[in-house]
Amino acid sequence: MKKVFALVLTFAMVLAMFAGCGSSGSADKNTIKIGMTGPLTGGASAYGIAVRGGMQIAVDEINAKGGLQIEFRAEDDEADGADKAVSAYNSLKDWGMQILAGPVTTGSSLAIGAEAVNDKIFMLTPSASAEDVAMLGSNVFQMCFTDPNQGASAADLMAAKWPGATIGVIYDSSDAYSAGVRDGFLDKAADLGLNIAVSDASFTSDNKADLSTQVTQCKDAGCDVVFLPFYYTEASQVLTYANTIGYKPTFFGCDGMDGILTVEGFDTSLAEGLVLMTPFDANATDAATASFVETFKKNNDGLVPNQFAADGYDVIYAIYNACVAAGIDGTTSAADACAKLQAEFAKMSVDGLTGKGMTWDANGMISKAPAAVVIENGIYVPMG
Amino acid sequence: MKNFFKNRTLRGNAVTYLVVIVAFVVMQLLSSIGVLGSSTKGFLVPICVYISLAVSLNLLVGICGELSLGHAGFMGIGAFTGILVAAVLKDSVSGDFLRLLLAMAAGGLLAGVVGFVIGIPVLRLRGDYLAIVTLAFGEIMKNIIGNLYAGVDSKGFHIAISTSKMKLEDGGKYIISGPLGATGVEKLATFTMGFVLVMVTLFVVLNLVNSKEGRAIKAVRDNRIAAESVGINVTAFRMKAFVISAFLAGMAGALFGLNYSSVSASKFNFNTSINILVFVVLGGMGNILGSVISATVLYVLPEAMRGLQDYRMILYAIVLILVMLFTWSPKIKSATSEFTDRVASMMKRKGAKAHE
Repeated sequence: MKKVFALVLTFAMVLAMFAGCGSSGSADKNTIKIGMTGPLTGGASAYGIAVRGGMQIAVDEINAKGGLQIEFRAEDDEADGADKAVSAYNSLKDWGMQILAGPVTTGSSLAIGAEAVNDKIFMLTPSASAEDVAMLGSNVFQMCFTDPNQGASAADLMAAKWPGATIGVIYDSSDAYSAGVRDGFLDKAADLGLNIAVSDASFTSDNKADLSTQVTQCKDAGCDVVFLPFYYTEASQVLTYANTIGYKPTFFGCDGMDGILTVEGFDTSLAEGLVLMTPFDANATDAATASFVETFKKNNDGLVPNQFAADGYDVIYAIYNACVAAGIDGTTSAADACAKLQAEFAKMSVDGLTGKGMTWDANGMISKAPAAVVIENGIYVPMG
Repeated sequence: MKNFFKNRTLRGNAVTYLVVIVAFVVMQLLSSIGVLGSSTKGFLVPICVYISLAVSLNLLVGICGELSLGHAGFMGIGAFTGILVAAVLKDSVSGDFLRLLLAMAAGGLLAGVVGFVIGIPVLRLRGDYLAIVTLAFGEIMKNIIGNLYAGVDSKGFHIAISTSKMKLEDGGKYIISGPLGATGVEKLATFTMGFVLVMVTLFVVLNLVNSKEGRAIKAVRDNRIAAESVGINVTAFRMKAFVISAFLAGMAGALFGLNYSSVSASKFNFNTSINILVFVVLGGMGNILGSVISATVLYVLPEAMRGLQDYRMILYAIVLILVMLFTWSPKIKSATSEFTDRVASMMKRKGAKAHE
């Protein structure tokens, strides 16, 4: 009994020790404090961990260069849209965060963004793509396309590429990203007069184990092009099932599709001919991408970075460049940094892994060229 | 006064209220002198919400003996009703406190009404079957809310189940927009209101438990056939506990919804239901003070372990297992009861001395 008590006590003491090392409010002039929140545990953790990995590489590179240093801290928000997200944000605030490079998911961004607007903390999210996020306030910026914007680009591309094709849409009605892209797509498709045969083949996050009904629905309607605005794990099921019933339309995905070639147990030959709109290609041969991919693989047991990681990397560089240009250092208060960064983001242009000449509009939405690729022989080939 | 010290239940209830009041006063004081960080301040309202959720679920699980896995469903109904009511009444009701009060009352009432309607078919079932049906209920609620669109424009209030049916005029504002949930919510919740909510919950539940109805509810739990044979209307009493529990959860949900600027339906999923159930089970079935304490500790614990980074959820699970093993081990139980008896006898001796 004594032994057990001793164990419990030790355990409690260790916990207390960790709990204690929360706030340290020393402001070093040469170091800016950038905080990030994202799902680091739970079902959506793949995205949060990828973004954190990408950001960490950028931070390491910048700190190795000398000059202005970055102190980086990531907190787990469990992709929650209310209390957990806000408490992750609060703990960063207690730590002394000056700039927020996050959150990763849309739900968390809506909850945290409103707080950041209140507190006047500059926020640049790598991957929360809902339009509502950017509309929260003038200090909330996005590194990725907004959902309706992406849907509209997809419709444009289809109208140019496959005029007159019969199009089907499968989407996740419980996911804001998927529903948002679909809505933008359908609006634009109506303007362009595209032939949408199936628009309501939906699933939810609870019943996505089997997507055969939705695929069959598209097949029965005779769709030549099937639009899949959701993440790659579910998309791999769609491709697998379509193959088993011998259905071979052109599948078309969004940026969430990036990663399809890394799904475990998925026959990647089924992804041949798949078109996806992704701002990032891990096989690109330019020096910046190659060195990023190599470092990411080294840090993460050989995992190939996806667009989430690249977005994270670009976010840190965008913030860093703006901080240098605006003369922000460790002693600048969060509110001052926010005002300066806002002014800087309105006029600056950034070249990064996910695009060249990226600029932001007054709402904080990004403008960059949408890029579509097609998978050929297991690699992304830019679509002509 | 003599009666008060002799009556064990009265004494227990007084301790429960006292613990909550003291905690509230201490936190208010600390907050007013400005030593609380943003994190700690951020915990205050959700802790109150989870306490009242745990206590209301304890009424159902611990005292009535019915396993419900859909408590988050009622919380969700309350949250979204509260948000809608608060947004719609924005122009007509002045005073944030009154608006919050009305929103919570509406959230509670709708959750109670839904509880009653659901209860009619559901309470024909018992044990595992009831658990499964309430689980399904929670998921259905989550999916309905996840597809709900509501907004106001110059023509008034609109509500629909899909985007295509929902066309707001220019200048109209969405209050709830499907999978995104409620966005741009005005944050009306306050710690004081949270405290009031906890006190109301405790008052309702503790009084019910110690009343004639409460004894009937416990009799139904302990032996349904025996209770029926002495003329207790089993269904009516189970229904009473079910509806009250839903009502309180709805109120708590409304306060929760109005504490954040955005809430999505996915928050009120099966995991949240299970979380509340964990608070109840670790605090002790039927033990109200236990629920209060375990809800507080278990809510703060994963947050306090943020320093452990990626390992905190694993450790949280280990802590839950350890707590379960230790609080229910007979040795610890006899040790704690010995301790409380000793304290009680010491207090009695002191009381006797004061009388002399």
